[in-house]
Amino acid sequence: MEKIRLILDDVMEGNIVVLEKGLSPEEQSRLIEMTMMEISPDGFSGIEMETYSAREGQSSPGFFGKLLGKKGPGARMTVIGPANQMKTIKKDKDLISAWVSSR
Amino acid sequence: MNLFIRTKKRLSRFLSAFLKKRQSRIGIYGPPNAGKTTLSNRIVRDWTGDALGPVSEIPHETRRARRKEGITISNQNGNSLTLDIVDTPGVTTKIDYQEFVEYGIEKEEAIKRAREATEGVAEAMHWLREDIDGVIYMLDATLDPFTQVNIMLVGIIESRDLPVLIVANKIDLPDAAPQRIMKAFPQHPVIAISGLEGDNMEELYEHMLKVFG
Repeated sequence: MEKIRLILDDVMEGNIVVLEKGLSPEEQSRLIEMTMMEISPDGFSGIEMETYSAREGQSSPGFFGKLLGKKGPGARMTVIGPANQMKTIKKDKDLISAWVSSR
Repeated sequence: MNLFIRTKKRLSRFLSAFLKKRQSRIGIYGPPNAGKTTLSNRIVRDWTGDALGPVSEIPHETRRARRKEGITISNQNGNSLTLDIVDTPGVTTKIDYQEFVEYGIEKEEAIKRAREATEGVAEAMHWLREDIDGVIYMLDATLDPFTQVNIMLVGIIESRDLPVLIVANKIDLPDAAPQRIMKAFPQHPVIAISGLEGDNMEELYEHMLKVFG
């Protein structure tokens, strides 16, 4: 929860947060929930987010990994920014691109 | 003798309450305007003759989760399943009241709608973690399924090991391409339907029996 709070506080200040290792599904779910609670009229309107998936080009957990409950590589890099400043985030194979307005 | 019968009845009530599994709660999730309420209404109408909520072209018409309990669906082979259907607000990472103003809604009402929508999405996300036993994930088949929200939500559902059915809706529209959705989520069953016209609902019910039964 502290991690999500930290990310959200940063984004609400107008910063773009780049996470090298991404967020777990549980964290993503909490991020959406907390984002919704912070939205206010003429203020913070939410987040834009893009994840560069590590599925391609990375090895699977393998037989023993699966036995041990590993689910394979998760998301790799995640970019999170304020929705009113990052109008578009696009993702091509190896590239995440963002249009950022500096208001 | 009376005491014996009373005790027996009490014991049987206690055991049945203890052993009885509650009905599965199936959440209908997806982005705004995918047709979640249209599908919920159709399922509820097909099996109970009732309806769940109003539909509209304006995003976030459903701002509070609506639940219909005890819907029994069945097939010709005599298989049946009783479940609760939960229609949820469209999940998104941003909500701006200006979006409602653009649809001609007064500013005050637009702010109210936006606030309700944010509360509804937060509640839907909370329920997904705590209170849902299976998911019908609705997608508009005329749109690109590779969005961050879709990938993120399917990932969240998978991480919770919830049974999931993906529905490619709006196949009555000329631009519909359910194959795109099948390619995007090959790990899950994808059923192409038109919730509005009722196309292919039988196949959806068959899959619901299989996946949630």
